[in-house]
Order: sequence, then structure tokens, then C-alpha cells
Amino acid sequence: MTTSTIVSRVKQKRIAQLLAKGKRIDGRGLTDYREIQIETGLIERAEGSARVRLGKTEVLTGIKIEIGEPFSDVPNEGVLTVNAELVPLASPTFEPGPPDENAIELARVVDRGIRESKAIALEELCLIPGKKVFIVFVDIYVLNHDGNLIDASALAALAALMNTKVFNYEIENGEVKIKSGYKQLPIRNYPVAVTFAKINNQLVVDPWLEEENVMDARLTITFEKDGKICAIQKGGSGCFTTKQILEAVKIASEKSKELRKLVVKA
Amino acid sequence: MSQKLPEKLINEKGLRLDGRKPDELRPLKLEVGVLSNADGSAYIEQGKTKILAAVYGPKEVHPRHLALPDRAILRCRYHMAPFSVEERKSPAPSRREMELSKVIREALEPSIFLEYYPRTAIDIFVEVLQADGGTRCAGITVASLALADAGIPMRDLVCACAAGKVDGTIVLDLTDVEDKKGEADVPFAMMPNTESVTLLQMDGMLTPEEFEKAFNMAIEGCRKIYSLQKEALKAKYVAIKEAVEE
Amino acid sequence: MLPTFFEKREIVVPGDLLAEGDYIAGENTFKEGKRIYASRVGLVDYVNKKVQVVALRAFYVPRVGDTVIGKIIEVGVSGWIVDINSPYTALLRASDVLERGFNPRKDDLTAIYDVGDMIIAKIAAYDRTQNPLLTVNERGLGKITRGQIVQITPTKIPRVIGRKGSMISVIKKETGCNIVLGQNGLILVSGRSIENERLAVMAIRKIEDEAHTSGLTDRITEMLRKEKEKGVRKDESKTA
Repeated sequence: MTTSTIVSRVKQKRIAQLLAKGKRIDGRGLTDYREIQIETGLIERAEGSARVRLGKTEVLTGIKIEIGEPFSDVPNEGVLTVNAELVPLASPTFEPGPPDENAIELARVVDRGIRESKAIALEELCLIPGKKVFIVFVDIYVLNHDGNLIDASALAALAALMNTKVFNYEIENGEVKIKSGYKQLPIRNYPVAVTFAKINNQLVVDPWLEEENVMDARLTITFEKDGKICAIQKGGSGCFTTKQILEAVKIASEKSKELRKLVVKA
Repeated sequence: MSQKLPEKLINEKGLRLDGRKPDELRPLKLEVGVLSNADGSAYIEQGKTKILAAVYGPKEVHPRHLALPDRAILRCRYHMAPFSVEERKSPAPSRREMELSKVIREALEPSIFLEYYPRTAIDIFVEVLQADGGTRCAGITVASLALADAGIPMRDLVCACAAGKVDGTIVLDLTDVEDKKGEADVPFAMMPNTESVTLLQMDGMLTPEEFEKAFNMAIEGCRKIYSLQKEALKAKYVAIKEAVEE
Repeated sequence: MLPTFFEKREIVVPGDLLAEGDYIAGENTFKEGKRIYASRVGLVDYVNKKVQVVALRAFYVPRVGDTVIGKIIEVGVSGWIVDINSPYTALLRASDVLERGFNPRKDDLTAIYDVGDMIIAKIAAYDRTQNPLLTVNERGLGKITRGQIVQITPTKIPRVIGRKGSMISVIKKETGCNIVLGQNGLILVSGRSIENERLAVMAIRKIEDEAHTSGLTDRITEMLRKEKEKGVRKDESKTA
């Protein structure tokens, strides 16, 4: 269950007043992201890893590769599975326990971006058709929640995947044998999520925690490298006008290009 | 038993597998007040998709710490019956059902005057009896009727419909096959009076222009569903009125 | 003439635009800018500058002064918790019933009202921050000992009363029953015989179904007379 933190009325008013002038409490413009830092390869035990700091929001993503069975309806494809944990130390509002609806939604939105853009060529992860494939576990670990977990998690997942090494193998008598050495996990696309908050009928990009606590609704649009949209998710108990949605699509298209440059560089 | 997926979803005449034109809705049947125990209920058939919705409340919240001092809380459970899909689905709630429960709740919440009933809860149950695509949208459409049937004050009804891309064509109201084999699916819900979008998701790949086309098609589809919803709410009363007042 | 969009007594649903302009938003409507919309399913009515909807289905929200019929669901230390068919349970304090002051060691509350008892009470206090408070400290209030209870949707109680009490007097006259109406939708019917009570219940149910139609009072009168005739003929054929 989400617990909403109650924001003082004075603060709510201030946020609204500043927005009317095109400004935000932390001095950003309406479409500005906070400072972003991306580090990769920090967890040596994982096949890939990355940590993203988006302002004070911090997300760590680890990639583990295992050998397992494919799904029966796609026997020649590897398996991608994305999971997110809102670890209790990240926020006073996170409780220990199995993933709640927010963690599940976060994981599924990041998953959609990667899957629909075909960022990982799953057909290249088949070891023995119909029997053995690589399973790519993307585990999103939120370490500090200061707003906009979706964009930070999507960036961390992408950076981690780009950093992932898959062990070499050979097939011997129908069995998979691991050899020494690695090769990079082939990444074919670079999906980037851009999240908006609607506050007082205005759209702001990359809401931080206090903005999230007063927002009406949230909209995430994920773009792939060639300018196509591969995922959209509206969240929150408010609504958007049809005009705002189309406007957000335009802004997200531009912002996703900016963010993509940061990841591809890292 | 798994069905074999057909090769082409749109034929040379531009018609879909079930004979529909790209912008055509499936046949819709709506019935209000179908369960005697629930405070409000409704049933929908959209093509082969069959969904039952029930509303309980407003009623006091237990445990108390979940209650909000200034408004009612809304809880929603979207659940698929084990026999609703081709391959039996385990009754345990899946991650997909949890996500859909959340987005359906968030799609209906803006329409309800929650602030009228502090410290209470309104529970919505959406049971998918048979699934053939578009279940979250049909679920929102029918749950909105159940809320009205329960006498819960609302700003507007919420109507929902999905659009998408199949075999390169933008289409309305996708069936399960079209969703699985198509290029994109855009579930959508709105309150028509203010054209406020309360649900919007997308998975697949669309250019911004294709998205805008699908978006507008979904809006049109929703308007048609809206008038059917209104008729369904009045139907019971209109019938009695006509019967007794000759 | 300011625009209105429906005929009087037409059925409207949530979201229907009822009027635009300098109107006042009455019951079961809300105003956004200059437009008034319905918020519940019901019959729209335009009374001078007020636009309102008589809801066909709604639950009971307590109002101070209302007479309600409720069921004791819990006996606490200093009072009882009562189910009044509302989103909120109601509280009846022991001090309301025991005039000489309440001594938790000597007074056994279950001896006065126990779980499952039905009572007629009045809403003494209610606001957004607390549950409704009841009182039975008036004539005609207290525990129900005989009769039948019928439950209908609370918004139709006014229809059971009728204009200037016309409907309720028809039922009382034709069935000889004593009828207590709870604003919360519960109705106590007590008559001299089970048969009389059955007729009254039948009439109430018919009113609930057809509340939104016209000519109802006449139809109820006719129905009751026909049923009584049937009953008389049955008795005659039995004794014959």
C-alpha cells in the first residue's frame, strides 16, 4: 500500500506559485533533469551492474545471467526478467516484504522499455533450442528515494545491460559447458524513459520527491533509439488532458535523446 | 492445448479476422445491477471478453490505520478466473494482475467524490470470466457502471477502450490474438465531459504520429462506449416506467 | 431563459449536463464553472433556480434529527455500536439510556440492549470528524419487540411517505398496520395479523420498484384492495 506523505499547505502553495512562473523550488526549469551520475561495473560478482544517481535518488541495478529453460511458446529465445525492490532503507515509506504494487509497476514499466525496443537480442541467447537458454535477470535495487524512480531505474538497467558480460560456453553431448572468458551481451537498442508530473495543470519533467507528493498524476514515455515510442504508463490518481499527453510526447522525444547520450557515454 | 496463431491479421479488403473494419468496436453488451449482495454491480461482454464488476461501500475501513481522515480510500482488485484463458491460469494473484489492479484503480479514482466520505473505503472487484483482449479497459467500463449502481457520487462515468497497431494498420479494440501478434497496444480510459485521460499505457513500437492516430481512435471509441454505458444505467428504470405508465 | 437540458423527472446519470448558467447546484449535482452536472443516477428536477436530482439508488448518510432503525452489533464498555445501514456505524451511549448515571460495575448493558436487538433511534449528533451519535431518549424510541422490518433504498423513503403523507396513509388505512419509517431505509411494519403485515410489505416493495413512475398512489391503492379481496375470497372458500 502506498502511504502518501502529507505536504504542508504552505509548501504546496509555494510549489504552485513558482510553477506558474515556470520555475521549481530547486531552481530547475520545467523540463530540466537533475544532475545525473552513472557508474558501471561496481558489483564484480554480478555479470553486469550500474548505479545511477538522479539528484538524490539512487538506484543500483545488477544483472545476473543463468542457464535455464525457455518458455514453451518461444523455445528459441532467451528469457528476460525484470524485478524491482523498494528496499526499506531507501525511504521511510517503504515497508519490508514482497514487492508491492509500486515495485511491480516499476519493474514492469522498465521491462516494457527493454522488451518492446528489443534492446537485448533474445534470439541470440539460445544455447540448445527448446532446451537451454540464457536467462537475464535484471534486478533493480532502489537505495534512496527522492523522486522519479522510474527514469533512474530505466537508466540504471540500460547502463547495467550495456556493461554485462556473458560467459563463454560450448555444447558437449547435449550439455552446456562453461568455458573461460566472456563476451559482451549484445545490446541492439537504447530505450530511455522520461517521466512527467502534473502539478496544478502544468507538466514538469523529472519530479523530485516533494513534487511527487503534491502531483495529480504521472506520465512516463519511453523512447527507443530511432525515435519510436515503446512504452507509456500513466500513474497516479489524477488525469491528463488529451492536449497535455500529446505535448508530453513531444518533450519526451527531445529529452530522451539527451539522456541517451549520457548512458552511451558511460 | 495452445491455439495456432494465424498468419495475417488484416486481409486484402482491409478487414480483420473477425470481419471488423479497423475502427470498429466489438459488439458490446452491458447490464447493471446483476448481483444482489454487492452494493453495486454490472456485467460486460465485449466480443468474447466477459467481465463482472462489483462494488462494496463506502464502509468503515478495517484496519483503522489505513483510513484517511479527509476522504475515502479506493481499493481495487482485478482478477482473472482460472478458466478465463486458453491455458488455465493459477488463481494466485500474478504481477500482471497487481499492476492492472493499480492502473484500474487510478483510472476510476478521479471520477469519484472521495472527499464526501472520510474514514471509509470503497472496494471494487473486477472478475474476468473470459478473456479475449482488452480486459483492463472493459474492466474499467463495467466497474464505472457498478460504482454508479452503488449510488456513489461521481463526476462522470469513465469509459475505456484500447487501440493499437496490427499488420501495419492502426486499429480499435484489439482481441487477444491481435494484441499478441500485433505491433502495439494502447489501453486508454477517459472521463468524456472534460476529456480527461485517466488511463494511458502503451507497449510495442509506434512512431509519435502513429501514436497520435491510435490515441484519437481510442477517444472516438470511448465516446461510443459512453453512450452505451448511459443507456445501460437507465435501462432498468426505463423498462419499468414504460411497463406501468401506459 | 437559461439553458436546461432535460425534462423534469427525466432519468439522468452521473456526468449528464443538467443546466448551464446562473443555477444553484442542489442535491446529487455538482457545479463546475457555470455548468451543473448530475452526480448520481436519478430523476432530475428544476425548482426555480435550483437543479437537483432525486437519486434512484444511494446509501444513507446520517443527518441530525433523522429517525433511524438500527441493529445493535456490539456491546462496549460505555455504550453500544449500532449498524444503521450507513457507511458509518453509530454509537449509542449508556448515559443516554440510564438517566441516573452509568456505573460500569453495576450496570449490565446487555440486559438493556444486546447484540442483535433492533432499535428505533434518532441521530443526535454527526459531523465529518466523528461517527453519528444516537439517542433513544424520546417517546416512541427504543427496542423493537414486534413486527417486521423491510429494507429499501433510503432515497425512496420520501416516496413511501408521499405528498403530504398521502401514500403512507393509504397503506396504513388499507392494511391497518402501524408503520415506522427510518430515514436510513429501514421500515418497521407491525399489524394485527401476519397477513396484514404481508400486504404492507408488498406495497412498500412495489413503491421501491416503481418510485420513479407517476400514478403510483392509485396503483398501490388498487393493488391493496385486490389483494384484500383475494384474501377474503380465500377465507370464504375455506369455510364453505
